[in-house]
Amino acid sequence: MADTSAPTRVPLVDYLVLDDGEPHLAANECTGCGARFFDRRNACAACFGTDFRRVKIATSGELRTFTIVAFAAPGVEVPFVSGVIDCDGTSVRANLRNVEPDADHVHTGMNVQLTTYSLGTDDHGTEAIGFAFEPI
Amino acid sequence: MDEIWILGINMTKFGKHTDRDVVDLASEAVMAALADGGVTMADMGVMAAGNLMGSGGIGQQIQKQVGQTGIAVYNVSNACATGATALRTAIMSIKAGESDMGLAVGVEKLAGVGLLGGGGRAKKDGNEWEPQGRFGAVTSTDGRIGTDTMPGVFAQVGMEYGHKYGGADFELFAKISEKNHAHSTLNPLAAYSKRFTLEEIMGDMMIAYPNTRPMCSANCDGAAAAVVVSGEKLKTLSLEQQRRAVKVSASVLTSDPWQEACQVLPDVNTLTRNAAKTAYEQAGIGPEDLDLVELHDCFATAELVHYDNLGLCEEGGAVDFFNSGAPWRDGSLPVNVSGGLQSKGHPISATGIANIWEVCHHLRGEAGDRQIEGAKVGLAHVIGLGSACGIHILERSAA
Ligand SMILES: [Zn+2]
Repeated sequence: MADTSAPTRVPLVDYLVLDDGEPHLAANECTGCGARFFDRRNACAACFGTDFRRVKIATSGELRTFTIVAFAAPGVEVPFVSGVIDCDGTSVRANLRNVEPDADHVHTGMNVQLTTYSLGTDDHGTEAIGFAFEPI
Repeated sequence: MDEIWILGINMTKFGKHTDRDVVDLASEAVMAALADGGVTMADMGVMAAGNLMGSGGIGQQIQKQVGQTGIAVYNVSNACATGATALRTAIMSIKAGESDMGLAVGVEKLAGVGLLGGGGRAKKDGNEWEPQGRFGAVTSTDGRIGTDTMPGVFAQVGMEYGHKYGGADFELFAKISEKNHAHSTLNPLAAYSKRFTLEEIMGDMMIAYPNTRPMCSANCDGAAAAVVVSGEKLKTLSLEQQRRAVKVSASVLTSDPWQEACQVLPDVNTLTRNAAKTAYEQAGIGPEDLDLVELHDCFATAELVHYDNLGLCEEGGAVDFFNSGAPWRDGSLPVNVSGGLQSKGHPISATGIANIWEVCHHLRGEAGDRQIEGAKVGLAHVIGLGSACGIHILERSAA
């Protein structure tokens, strides 16, 4: 019998949430001071509190800085735009997509939004989903 | 509190040393630093050594090459601040009263190593998306979620400053590199001492916008070593030793306190500002008293932000400071007259002592063609990602 179930999807990283409404990023937020971390912490790096909650990160923001990487490790496709996006007070590291990777098209202060894309499907039919930001 | 002095100091020629290993290079610097100070291994009460890319235990390996006396060895590792950390370790031992003279050495072989940072794990053969590591990543994130490469990280550091204060564009960053390469032509120990035009720098191979190849620190081989001594001990030495000794007015090491975004893009600013503030307090001087500065220009984009972080200009005024001509060797506050990491080279663990050698060289009036006339006070700064910042303020002997 053929497998008719929808192919499963897996996010590139576990802080990309695909199964709870629109795709978004999530962080561990210190309940004491509000500091946010994309991976686990034993204690908050800012206030040493040990209580965290999962929070959704805004899906659009402002590009605060960027570089256009033209030379990278073997296997990394170049050129690509790497940047830091201020998402409503939370800084997010990401690539920019759907924009020409040159200094005429990318500038700090531009407004960008979260986008997802396929990284391909493995031998078990599982599709990996990556994220990036694109100009609004 | 007793004073700390640099008694002897040396750096090897930076460049490609194909026929010598790290122990050879470090030993050359150590022997020369001891000779420069007029002392031997028998006088050393403590030793601190750094070498990031090697197999470990570099301090003991060097001892076997230059003299084993049974003293404590501290092998230190602190990214690009490793050399400064070794020096500070020897200084702390003297301050603690455990020794009155100590040796610090940093060495690296990096010629031909290529790009630092980046890569990450390769996708496994089985072609299966399998979450791994702290972020549950199914494949390498370098190049997919930003960049791990040093030129890219520091490009973003400089571009962020430009976004905040304006005026920092590709040409401005390239001009900073033009200055350092011009300075390097007077430094016989620099790995590269070729002057580039602005057009050549901007037209060279782009590594990570806005850093082209000549705007990146040069991977090379090299070592540097220093002998430090307590003020009390120095008084018992010859007048010539006292005259050439250089006072360590401040020795500071910081790490980065938590700031929003610091775990997304390394914050090289806050810990440098904190270190500078403490250093100026320790030395009892201000940035206006400095005659020269060697700062950590691992990339042209980094030099700009450290003008501001070290208080060489008003907050937000780094672009104006550069455009005024101040950091050129004939300007009001020469920065990186050695040629900086972009041309002198950056053998990582040696860098934090080599920049102190450069400052001492001028304070002793021994810098030859590139001497900054009448230099009395200088500052040496390094930063390693992670992060660690080392700042030393040095003063000419009054003797
Ligand atoms: Zn907290």
